Amino acid sequence: MKLTVKALLTSFGVLASALSAGVGTAPAHAQAKTITLCWAAWDPANALVELSKDFTAKTGIGMKFEFVPWTNYADRFLNELNSHGSLCDLIIGDSQWIGGAAENGQYVKLNDFFKKEGISMDDYMPATVVGYSEWPKNTPNYWALPAMGDAVGWTYRKDWFARPEIQKDFKAKYGRDLAAPKTLDELRDISKFFQGREIDGKKVYGASIYTERGSEGITMGVSNYLYDYGFQYQDPKKPYAMDGFVNSPGAVKGLEAYKELYKCCTPPGASNSYMSEGLDAFKSGQVALQMNFFAFFPGLYKDPNVGGDKIGFFSNPAGPATQATQLGGQGISVVSYSKNQGEALQYIKWFSGGDVQKKWWALGGYACAKSVLNDPSFPSSAPFAGEFLKSMGMVVDFWAEPSYAQLLQAEQKRVHDYVVADKGTAQEALDGLVKDWKAIFKEEGKKF
Amino acid sequence: MNDLSASSQITYRAVPVRPAVARRIRGLSDQALAWLFITPTIVLLLAINIFPLVWTIYLSFTNYRANRANAPTIWLGTDWYQSILTDPDIWAAMQVTAHFVIWTVLIETVLGFGLALLIDKKFRGHGMWTTIILLPMMLSPAVVGNFWTFLYQPQIGLFNYVVAFFTGRDASSFQMLGDVTLSPWAIVIVDAWMWTPYVMLICLAGLRSIPDYIYEAAEVDRASNWRQFWSITLPMALPFIMLAVLFRGIENFKMFDMVNLLTGGGPGSTTEVASITLKRAAFESWRTGYSSAFAIILFVTVFGLANIYVKALNRVKSR
Repeated sequence: MKLTVKALLTSFGVLASALSAGVGTAPAHAQAKTITLCWAAWDPANALVELSKDFTAKTGIGMKFEFVPWTNYADRFLNELNSHGSLCDLIIGDSQWIGGAAENGQYVKLNDFFKKEGISMDDYMPATVVGYSEWPKNTPNYWALPAMGDAVGWTYRKDWFARPEIQKDFKAKYGRDLAAPKTLDELRDISKFFQGREIDGKKVYGASIYTERGSEGITMGVSNYLYDYGFQYQDPKKPYAMDGFVNSPGAVKGLEAYKELYKCCTPPGASNSYMSEGLDAFKSGQVALQMNFFAFFPGLYKDPNVGGDKIGFFSNPAGPATQATQLGGQGISVVSYSKNQGEALQYIKWFSGGDVQKKWWALGGYACAKSVLNDPSFPSSAPFAGEFLKSMGMVVDFWAEPSYAQLLQAEQKRVHDYVVADKGTAQEALDGLVKDWKAIFKEEGKKF
Repeated sequence: MNDLSASSQITYRAVPVRPAVARRIRGLSDQALAWLFITPTIVLLLAINIFPLVWTIYLSFTNYRANRANAPTIWLGTDWYQSILTDPDIWAAMQVTAHFVIWTVLIETVLGFGLALLIDKKFRGHGMWTTIILLPMMLSPAVVGNFWTFLYQPQIGLFNYVVAFFTGRDASSFQMLGDVTLSPWAIVIVDAWMWTPYVMLICLAGLRSIPDYIYEAAEVDRASNWRQFWSITLPMALPFIMLAVLFRGIENFKMFDMVNLLTGGGPGSTTEVASITLKRAAFESWRTGYSSAFAIILFVTVFGLANIYVKALNRVKSR
């Protein structure tokens, strides 16, 4: 017993010495303050951690990061904002949150700050300013600095496309060369062609597309078809008038086309796929085509198994009505409940700098500054850069209204019910969606 | 000193005239002391149970949204209750919940009781088997949800492989989680796998509480094993079985985590149990008033059904 007590005391002494030694060796230039930045847990977040080291070195302000996986990202941070939490000093919030965050006083309005610091929104790509910063849309009221440009794009197995026997088979079947698709019909043909084909002794499938039910997956996927087939959220001349726009004959065809692609050409078990499932399917060599956000493309290009010469990139192909794509990406905002707003604003000022934006792109983040994107060398700076630039010129975003979450849930349910669960027709799904959206806007007091 | 005198001395020492406990704390009566002890519990109960319940009932009659706390709150009367009770989507969610509750409770009860009967027999290694059987219920539902997602994966999942092995079907020709017909059963299978051991434990307690002399008497009367089961085992274990049914029924009525992880309510709304609908309304749409009304409806349903059931349970116990 005596031995045990003695050992315990000795351990305690050693521990205490170690701790005091640790304290003694702490850096002399201790950071004045630390701020927390909240974002999703994904590749670009790692790049931002690397980039932010420069901010700490320059200002002495420490950076803490709170990254949450995409599937819980909205739940976690919207709860934080709605409960007036001060966990996040800075938040890189999804583009659709901006209406709610602005109207509910969760983000700090940045107009005065931008004016004082000489930050001009004219220096950023227009689509990113409208998508990530403005509320109400198309008015000069800024709640965020465009931080991470993004859109839905596609990757394909360039090495498979280049094989002579595959090219020969494809030409014999479709009468044209096998190449990255220019239209959604071509994309369907290519997917069908690869579905069930044996390559290197392994059965492969056509395409991985978004079908996830729980958060926003299937909506982010189907939109790329709906837009191309003529879907519009509302009458451009009469806000919130949705009849004949959301459920137009073109939109119905677009929804049917997306279902056709899901049924014919996706791997088995792809009924609840989103970003990470798409990455898994592509990286494991299961699929020839993958729908995913551009944010993942730098990582995919570096992948030892499917990256480099084996991967190609293309923007969302054209449909019968137009060529458009779903906007992704986010702006960076200062949370109004933060106790470190001064330091958070310092970060935004630093982040807006031209050199920082260039380094951001170099590290794998998608800068939104014109100084980066309009640089003549930009399209050739990465194999996906040109397609990204093209995509950012044709992006459309989901509703950014304060009630966006309800609007999103309604579309998730209606579309998943039709595409995956085979309930009803495309016309019924979109008519039902109009009904749901009208009810939501009515509850919001909107007149239409 | 003889034994008697010794015991008298002990008795005398053991019953001293002790002052009331309250007198030790100056100025406090016994009743005041009792209140002092139970007040923290009552305050906690009021703060974390009663007040939220009363507040939820109040909110259920308003248009309140937690994400717009500064917006004016309008009294809506019973609008939300009417809207919920006439909403076909809500009734669909209730049907999904009923399917899930009925089948899981039925399967878990039958299998759990069967396993309890087996484990109750002393055999070599029965301790090890009991531990193995209990393992699933010791896991977190989050872990279970995630690894069953892999087991159900059509291309690499063990479940599909086993089914393919025994039926000769192609393993990737069916998907448990993505198929409208199969997905409700997929979640039933996982819940049964995880919680059958729990039912087994309760049933085992029931079986172990049956005195051996009753079986001995039955054997003297030359009752067959079957007769002993129907006349002794089942009736005497019935209160325990009913208790297990009550616990699992209430738990599964509230089921959220596992279903959310396995299917997220999909495909479409095929596995959208009531608690997923409620969570979406409360914490994604932030329709606090609406979701409060829905929560009250669910609470009354569970409370009402549980009360009826407990009365039946008491009747069985009193027999």
